[in-house]
Amino acid sequence: MGSDMAMRPLLLLPEIVLFLGGLAVLVSGSFLPRTRQGVTRVIAAAALVAAAILAAVDLAGPAQPAMEGTFTVDTATGVARIVAALGTLIVLALASDEIAGSPRESETYALFLFSTTGTLVLAGADDLLVVVVGFLLASIPLYGLIGIARTPRGAEAAMKTYLLGALFGILLLLGVTLLYGVSATTSYADLTDRLAEAPQGVVAASVVAVLGGLMFKAGGVPGHFWVPDAAEGAGGAVAAFLTTVPKIGAMVAAYRLIAMLPDTLAWPLLVAVLAVASMTLGNFAAYWQSDPRRLLGWSTVSQVGYLLVPVAVAGRSDLALPALLLYLAGYTVTNLAAFAVTTAFPDRRDLDSYRGMGRARPWLGASLVVALLGLVGTPPTVVFAGKLTTTAAAWDGGLAWLAVLVFVNTVVSLFYYLRWIAPIYGRGEPHAGTVPGALVPRVWSATTAMVTSALSLALGIGAGALWSVLSV
Amino acid sequence: MLSLIVFLPLAAALALLALPRLGDTAARWAWVAVAAADLALVIAAWLRYETPTAGRLAFEEQAEWIPGVNSSYHLGVDGLSLPLIAMTAVIFLACAIFALRETDRARLQAALFLFLQSMSMGLFVAADLILFFVFFDLSIVGMYFVIAGWGHGNAARSAMKFFLYTFLGSLALLVGFIGLYIAADPHTFDMVELAEQTPLAGSSLAGGLVLAAILIGLAVKTPTVPFHTWLPPAHTDAPAIGSAVLAGVLLKMGTYGFVRIAMPMLPEAWRDWAWVIIVVGIVSVVYGALVALAQTNFKRMVAYTSVNHMGYIVLAVGAAGLVADDTTQARSVAVTGAVTQMVSHGLITGALFLLASVLQDRAATYDMDSYGGLAGPAPRFAAFFAVGAFASLGLPGLSGFIAEFQIFTGSIAAAPVTAIALVGILLTAALFLRALQRIFTGETRGRSVGFTDLRAAEVWSVGPLLVLSLLIGVFPRPLLAVIEPAAEVAVELVGR
Repeated sequence: MGSDMAMRPLLLLPEIVLFLGGLAVLVSGSFLPRTRQGVTRVIAAAALVAAAILAAVDLAGPAQPAMEGTFTVDTATGVARIVAALGTLIVLALASDEIAGSPRESETYALFLFSTTGTLVLAGADDLLVVVVGFLLASIPLYGLIGIARTPRGAEAAMKTYLLGALFGILLLLGVTLLYGVSATTSYADLTDRLAEAPQGVVAASVVAVLGGLMFKAGGVPGHFWVPDAAEGAGGAVAAFLTTVPKIGAMVAAYRLIAMLPDTLAWPLLVAVLAVASMTLGNFAAYWQSDPRRLLGWSTVSQVGYLLVPVAVAGRSDLALPALLLYLAGYTVTNLAAFAVTTAFPDRRDLDSYRGMGRARPWLGASLVVALLGLVGTPPTVVFAGKLTTTAAAWDGGLAWLAVLVFVNTVVSLFYYLRWIAPIYGRGEPHAGTVPGALVPRVWSATTAMVTSALSLALGIGAGALWSVLSV
Repeated sequence: MLSLIVFLPLAAALALLALPRLGDTAARWAWVAVAAADLALVIAAWLRYETPTAGRLAFEEQAEWIPGVNSSYHLGVDGLSLPLIAMTAVIFLACAIFALRETDRARLQAALFLFLQSMSMGLFVAADLILFFVFFDLSIVGMYFVIAGWGHGNAARSAMKFFLYTFLGSLALLVGFIGLYIAADPHTFDMVELAEQTPLAGSSLAGGLVLAAILIGLAVKTPTVPFHTWLPPAHTDAPAIGSAVLAGVLLKMGTYGFVRIAMPMLPEAWRDWAWVIIVVGIVSVVYGALVALAQTNFKRMVAYTSVNHMGYIVLAVGAAGLVADDTTQARSVAVTGAVTQMVSHGLITGALFLLASVLQDRAATYDMDSYGGLAGPAPRFAAFFAVGAFASLGLPGLSGFIAEFQIFTGSIAAAPVTAIALVGILLTAALFLRALQRIFTGETRGRSVGFTDLRAAEVWSVGPLLVLSLLIGVFPRPLLAVIEPAAEVAVELVGR
């Protein structure tokens, strides 16, 4: 008992580094002249790299509890830390084109770092109250980020996200309060046994509420309404961030929650229903979108559905946790690659305006094809390995029907991804009115798109090595 | 050896992409050279090939890939796959030669076809289900870009239909693979191990469902009735060499899956459902032939005869599931015929699609009634066409006869009712003779006037395919000697 109750703050070094990095960015940004705000980007990048390296060092060691057993540093936390930090680093690269030199540059970077810290807290939380802290720390900077572009659509999206966030935050708190009420503890270590004896109706309602809060963070049904608006209305780098990084913490937190629950109710079925609802709704809503970012926004809703598949069989299949982590890592890289293409051409906000891009910019065109087919789950990209292992986990955990529905949805999703791929290699010119000049991509974004899509392929081919890291 | 055969074209494709300054002519000839080198490697492998012991593979290569789910990079060949690799190499070389005259984005086209060649080769030598699936899916992606990028007519729509349809099939296949993986103990995706284990033996419901998923996946790709509707538009709008590869190589991925995956891994379910498979085969044979008979567009007609020809294969592998002690020999003949038909159909239909595109190239239409008396201005074209048509309808002395004769000998012995499918042969004979008559005989009229005869590149690409068909027809022994032992093993496995 004694060792579990130790604080061991050094185990939280990656989170601490990120948070202090955010503060340093904020403070130095307010002292630097407008033209030299780029320094803060370097500080932010350094903090992210340091956090990733520290996390990698921790990953090599055994799993350990910290903060009196309310936080766990294990493989899942370690992988989430690395993926989230590197994901935010990629977002910073996209921001280099878009935000560099703009007003509120350093503030944006600081908010990125704070929100990432919140995601990491969520990922490692082994206590309901820490989940709440992580939720708030991840959400509040996000509201600011969405509205920071100061466009009408951005303001609308920020408002919508804020209101939904407040609603789901209250639900989350309500759920936590009720669970505490019936069990007199918020620690996962004790909850399992005590919830088994608690009134099942209350437990069910409060778990749904907590899960709802996490789904808001992840952007899945039923908390998904803000995602497409925010993806469309916010700036490109922010859109890339909010559809990717918060999911990492939320999904790992959801996994820990479900894995902790006693076997008294049909939790797998509940999560499976959420998964199916999320993937199906996301896919069908993405069908007729013509704005690439809005399309990607809906596509991320469907991806949350796929991510929920291993959560549904948490604790019922040995494959579940590594599969979830593999999918998260693969999704992060692949989704950022697709967003990087949209930030490379920030003025092209219609699928048809990408017509001819494959010929004018062959490598960028190929990157987008890899990213989009990767999101479908085509081999040999890493998302394929993720989809394969998550569905195998579902089947292994007794939910074969869920695996089948994943593949049915995958076919459905192919249709709208192809709606974007088709014009890239299509003939002719874009319609008049959608053409904002020659196809000249922004340098940072274009490079990022190529690197991340290559990474998506490389991780897919090297999935075996990746898997051995994830399934320690 | 096998890795080199599989990845040599891919490496060449990447090299072509990395050299943007390469001229069109250089790119075309580089493509021909690489395809020829790959064929040479396959021939070398064939010469060194010795039939492996039952259940094993020759030239095996294995390396860890995703050990967490027991999926490895595992390659190997046997009598079922070696002829198909050789056929694939031949078809791709023929396409490379045929394309020498084309001018549209040479470097990209060469890279894309080399990529497609790697994927096709990889599929036929894969001995791991995930590896098989990877190649299966990527071949679809490659073909999508071939049709969408170089097709004509309503190419974008046809390409989309092709992609969605076959992608659906591939995912059904993946569902089946995962089912096999979960049922196996220990869990594995390795084909050799799965064939040894026969994981779902004894549970007829689960076995039936997994087989259903795999059969649907393969049936879409093959395609059989009722999953064939993507085929005619894809063929009609695809470029010439795209059609040749699609019909010659990609369709075989479906039928190869029957003998490589479904039969040995799910023998019990296969036996239970053998009649369903036979009926689907018979319906495909008759329906494909009848619809082909009604076509006026020559390319569409050939596309429908593919449905008919694939039907024979399905019929034969279905008949192989009707296990009885006194028909072992016959069923083995049927499977041999099925594999021979895969090779033969690849060569003949590849040739016919290349010839069809000559019509489009010279006179911008596939409509048979627009021509007449074409034998006058284009005697070489007429001769090649006639050989291709006779080979396709199963004239003795050509490869189609060897294949179909064995299929029917074996199938009718196992189940006399399969004789119904003989109607298909009659119908294809009728439709090819009618096509010959419409296009080549009579007064030279319509688009036939001023028709330029076959050029060198066309002669040297189509010619070898037809010569090979003739060689197999006259001296089938070397080919059958490779296929027969593997067919016997397949029949033995399905009888377990």
